Amino acid sequence: MTTATPAAAPVGFDRNLLESLIAEQGLPDWVAEKRRAAFDAVESIGLPDRRSENWMRTDLRMFKPKAWGLRPRPAHGDAVEGLLASAITSGEAAAECFPEQSCQAPSETTLAGRLVSCDGHIIREELDPALAGRGVLFGAAERILAEHGEAIRPHWFSVIESSSDWFAALHAAFHRASAILYVPAGVRIAEPLSVVAAISAGGVDTSHVLVVLGEGAEATVLTETTGGGDASTSHGGFHCGGTEIVVGRGGFLRMVNLQNWNTGVWHFARQKAVVHENARLQWTLGALGSRLSQVAQDVALAGRHADAQVNGVMFTEGRQHLVYNTLQHHEAPACHSDLLYKGALQDRSRLVWRGMIKVDKAAQKTDGYQRNDNLMLSNESRADSIPGLEIEADDVRCTHGATSGRVDSEQVFYAQARGLSADEAARLVVTGFFQQVFDRITIPQVREALARAVCSRIRRIT
Amino acid sequence: MKTASDTLVIKGLHVSVEGQEILKGVDLEIGRGEVHALMGPNGSGKSTLGYAIMGHPSYEVTSGSIELVEPNGTRHDLLAMEPDQRARAGVFLAFQRPMSIPGVRLADFLRHAVTNVRNPDRKEGEELMPMREFRSELKAKMSELSMDPDFARRYVNDGFSGGEMKRAEILQLAMLRPKFAVLDETDSGLDADAVRLASESIARIGGAEMGILIITHHEQLLEHNIPLRTHVMLGGRIVESGGPELAAELHKKGYERIRAAYPEAAAAEKAMEDARGEVSAT
Repeated sequence: MTTATPAAAPVGFDRNLLESLIAEQGLPDWVAEKRRAAFDAVESIGLPDRRSENWMRTDLRMFKPKAWGLRPRPAHGDAVEGLLASAITSGEAAAECFPEQSCQAPSETTLAGRLVSCDGHIIREELDPALAGRGVLFGAAERILAEHGEAIRPHWFSVIESSSDWFAALHAAFHRASAILYVPAGVRIAEPLSVVAAISAGGVDTSHVLVVLGEGAEATVLTETTGGGDASTSHGGFHCGGTEIVVGRGGFLRMVNLQNWNTGVWHFARQKAVVHENARLQWTLGALGSRLSQVAQDVALAGRHADAQVNGVMFTEGRQHLVYNTLQHHEAPACHSDLLYKGALQDRSRLVWRGMIKVDKAAQKTDGYQRNDNLMLSNESRADSIPGLEIEADDVRCTHGATSGRVDSEQVFYAQARGLSADEAARLVVTGFFQQVFDRITIPQVREALARAVCSRIRRIT
Repeated sequence: MKTASDTLVIKGLHVSVEGQEILKGVDLEIGRGEVHALMGPNGSGKSTLGYAIMGHPSYEVTSGSIELVEPNGTRHDLLAMEPDQRARAGVFLAFQRPMSIPGVRLADFLRHAVTNVRNPDRKEGEELMPMREFRSELKAKMSELSMDPDFARRYVNDGFSGGEMKRAEILQLAMLRPKFAVLDETDSGLDADAVRLASESIARIGGAEMGILIITHHEQLLEHNIPLRTHVMLGGRIVESGGPELAAELHKKGYERIRAAYPEAAAAEKAMEDARGEVSAT
């Protein structure tokens, strides 16, 4: 998305803006109090410095906090289209060789609901009325907080910690154009719900996403971020976001987050899921864009037999620098968590993954796994994989693995000998590298849209 | 006189790998519909010839030519082509050690390959062969080769046994139907029954349309592919050519007579072996 450049200068993140947000939204007092408390944290803590383990591989010297603020409603925001959302609604069937085996889930061609924002303004909000009739809440947080505040209150900014660092605090103080999905106990939604947050060049997005599934509820949520300026500008855009997920007992959530900004955007996100007893979470992160990303992705396995599968698909190029800190926190016994991050790096880009499996004393019979594989497509790219285990229980199985490799010229020659051009061969090898994680994405259109997006970025391998 | 069909013509071929000359002047002519056998001790340069024909970037052709000559006399210089262009021109190499491509299903890989070979001008991103058509052809070919259709779902050569790799190469040969195929020890890693099956399959696939160069140490693969000519390579040269009886002789008696009859080539072989020994010792 590259809409017209803004006319008015942004309003900075100060107390005036805070109070005007509070006044404008007319929300319950407790929401305002959370904003004010977070703002106090913004005032009292500085930008993260590189002495902290999570930030030591993140260079913020070019980040100017004063350059950003909220923007007026864009003139052309209605043109926003998300990659995942349009992959679902285009209705194209999966073109795979063995379709009868390729998917475990039916391929839906409609969305149960969608929310689109641009530059922090909601521009489209829809929900299947049949679901609304069954008590499903979905759409703009401001509206839902105003109408159903008491249902949301136990969860709103209670999963992620608002004062963990400056960006988390800024997000908690100035979140806007946020999304809420609340699925009551026992309600199963077959079609995906889509949340698209866009910005124009130089724009700002502080949207928050809260997903709450009641006992035995099921849903599929696709969130994506798109737009902003490209790498030629140091102020292509700023995203300071947060995601909170609660999967109630026996619930099942499939969550996909695609970070698809243009390459000039600063991306800071804190995401956490709490998975309760017998609940399942399948959480896929796709990262293709941004100038610099710093993402915390935490999963708490909070009830017996909770199950979390975490998938990551990252493709970086140019001078992109993406940092992921993941945590699989086993709080309860007999839970299972399985993380697989795969990255391919082109040009001078850099990818950092720092993963931790933490097992509390009570979490006996934990089965935890984490793995990070990277494929280097250039000599100048760099990947860091830093797995970690912190185990207090004594009867657990926790393992980790990491690999880093290159496209093998013998593979390329073999494919060339079968008539594939060198570029086609290299793309096939890279696609194959991601296949293991694509195979774990059970929504065919999402899998294909991600594969296409990755493939289209691969240039000649050096 | 070969006038009715295309011919693969190799003249005075010299090939070096990492500065060391492996092939020292190879001449060979194969017409479509002909089977030739290439035998010779390990390290004599047989696989190098296969790689050079296919265009492996590490195999440098320092002199000589490899051409496809049409019946009307039109010549196509293979050495000027990238490996994929050679494949699209109708040349095929069954690898002695095929590469694995994890995550890429054999069927998807083959669909790309078949599409490109049949539409040599296809650019990446253009339509692939229609799925339905491809699948039914693949299923038919696999059943002819007594292969389980599930095999095509597996990732290319990933975790394949030696025998499975060779059968996958034969399947690709059957699907791609090249004009000329070099089969580099397609019998190694197979048990006696599998070699017989491979021999039958190759004969059925080849027919009158394909020129085949079979690199082998044994004669079983030749059972159903009686070579028009058998060539013996020693020290980077073809030192002797004969009929199928030569293959039988070499299989039974080894290369002692050949080494004695061609002392110069035998010396070259020894020198190449010593040079390799030094390289691996350092």
